[in-house]
Amino acid sequence: MTDILPLEPVRRTFRDYPKKPRKIRGSSIAILVFLTMCALFIAIPLYVIIVTSIKEMSQIIQGEIFSLPTKVTFEPWWKAWNEVCSGVQCEGVKVGFINSLMILFPSLVLSIGLSMVTGYALALWNIRWAGTFLFVLFTAAFVPFQIIMIPLIIMTGIIKVYGTIWGVAIVHAVLAMPLLTLIFRNYYKDIPNEIMSAALMDSGSFWRIFFEIILPMSGNILIVVLILQITSIWNDFIIGLYFGGIGTKPMTVILANSVITSRGEISYNVDMAAALLTAIPPLVIYFVLGKFFVQGITAGAIKG
Amino acid sequence: MPRVEFQNIAKQYGRVTVLDELNLDVDDGEFLVLLGPSGCGKTTLLNLLAGLVETTAGKILIDGRDVTDLDPKDRGLAMVFQSYALYPTKTVRGNLQFGLSSQKLDRTEIARRVDWAAKLLQIETLLDRKPSQLSGGQRQRVAIGRALVKNVGVFLFDEPLSNLDAKLRTEMRLEIKRLHDELKHTIVYVTHDQIEAMTMATRIAVMDGGVIQQVGTPDEIYEQPANLFVAQFIGSPSMNVLSARVESDGGKPVAILDGFETRIDLSGHATGDALAPGTAIVVGLRPEHGEIGAADRPAQIELPLLYAEKTGGDATLFLKTSGRPFAVRIDPAAAGGVRAGEAVQVGYAAEKFNLFDARTGRRI
Repeated sequence: MTDILPLEPVRRTFRDYPKKPRKIRGSSIAILVFLTMCALFIAIPLYVIIVTSIKEMSQIIQGEIFSLPTKVTFEPWWKAWNEVCSGVQCEGVKVGFINSLMILFPSLVLSIGLSMVTGYALALWNIRWAGTFLFVLFTAAFVPFQIIMIPLIIMTGIIKVYGTIWGVAIVHAVLAMPLLTLIFRNYYKDIPNEIMSAALMDSGSFWRIFFEIILPMSGNILIVVLILQITSIWNDFIIGLYFGGIGTKPMTVILANSVITSRGEISYNVDMAAALLTAIPPLVIYFVLGKFFVQGITAGAIKG
Repeated sequence: MPRVEFQNIAKQYGRVTVLDELNLDVDDGEFLVLLGPSGCGKTTLLNLLAGLVETTAGKILIDGRDVTDLDPKDRGLAMVFQSYALYPTKTVRGNLQFGLSSQKLDRTEIARRVDWAAKLLQIETLLDRKPSQLSGGQRQRVAIGRALVKNVGVFLFDEPLSNLDAKLRTEMRLEIKRLHDELKHTIVYVTHDQIEAMTMATRIAVMDGGVIQQVGTPDEIYEQPANLFVAQFIGSPSMNVLSARVESDGGKPVAILDGFETRIDLSGHATGDALAPGTAIVVGLRPEHGEIGAADRPAQIELPLLYAEKTGGDATLFLKTSGRPFAVRIDPAAAGGVRAGEAVQVGYAAEKFNLFDARTGRRI
């Protein structure tokens, strides 16, 4: 009797193959230099901000902005979160953090919901003048916000949402609509025609088809839009400044106020810490969802 | 089971007229195949019936009820699509249920119907899978199941087998035929594949250029094509056509094939004006009706061999003419004896000719 030895699969790593001699071409050097410069352009200020935020004021006033901290302190962070003043209110940027969250969720739901349904209707239903509508909508994207700001203030005033979270959310939804609608419409255009036909024969209801068939197929694009919107809503300053009421100023506005209204010596370390605190949430979103972001952007047609 | 009637249907896309003054009746329990080359309007006609495309003019009746302006879901139809069109995010069960829960049926009834269809199509073990986890044939079964559970009288199929490989296609063909025999639904089935049409249909409607060329049983369509288009569209290799001219030979009409000496006695065929001396006609000869080596048939043709094609069960000789090669299907054993360039004599029995008017293309 002979034993049959289990066959070891031949495993090859990249080391088993002869290395190709690499040539570095002039053009790739140029690209590398360019990219390095781009990276430094972002990295150097970021380094300065981070280092400054953990230095003590006594070191900062010596003026060596690139030096490492002699003594690391997190007090500026604590102060920024709890104590900095915006106007007469001295409760730190945490107030703004909560306000920004309160603004973020309704704005996200309104802007994404509205453009998603519009994109779905334009892409998959037979709508008269759909092309014209899309054209007008997209033209609207090129109108500068400053031009329509005052009319918008009056309009939100008329519907009694000016100075509330809902006012801010509605303005966000309106301004995001052209781009988001276009993104959703183009994504839904790739859904095979026959799936829509089948759904029409099975149900025929606009909302049922949307919620049961189309929405579950939108995962990829939702994440892309979610990241875009979270970043733009969180980082927004001007809408929050003009449309937010006294108690509903977002974090960015509180940050700006606190930097402007420092009394006595200017606490650069606290300012830097406050700025970093404000910038953290979108970064976290990028780290968590970044992988899906790339997938969503590169996702092609949906296979049945 | 309901009847389907198309009355004076017209369909225009902008200024392009796809269908015009089209009339067609589908009897209850009938398996009607709409057959034609791509772009002939057969899918448009099916979409009009489904309600996915609006008619420009005319009426569509299902079971005597005018459905022309009804929404697709209200017409009492179920449809199976070419790409299966399963909902990718739903399980097989979810796919089957979606149409039913939209009809607000109660749960036990929905479950009963899903189980029934799953059993009938042998997809019970697949109910909790997603479409992406199924093979092509399984997806096709699910798509049919989704139509079956709706418990309607009329089924529409839009080239459902064209995405399957050859073996599966044969299996599914039988499967659909079996379902029709069992359930007796009225079926309207669109295809460009004549084998599907010939094997499954109770009646075939051959379409070309938005016009129905002929409606009839598969045998009628094959044996007595109404015009040259149908004659050449059905059959593979297609019917050989030779132009000829009618002459009188002692009171009997005979056809003289262009480029041949042969006289073909036409007295067995319809007489009268259609075969008046001097008329230009077209003689159609099916490849399988030719007999090689037979010298005493009413019609004799002698042509050099271009090439021979063996396909296992039979062989086809392609003979050289001034136009398209002349095909003759023969026993593969006899195919070895002829070489390219050699003259082959083919004889045809009198009743095997198809005669067409050269001007109108109509059958004589």
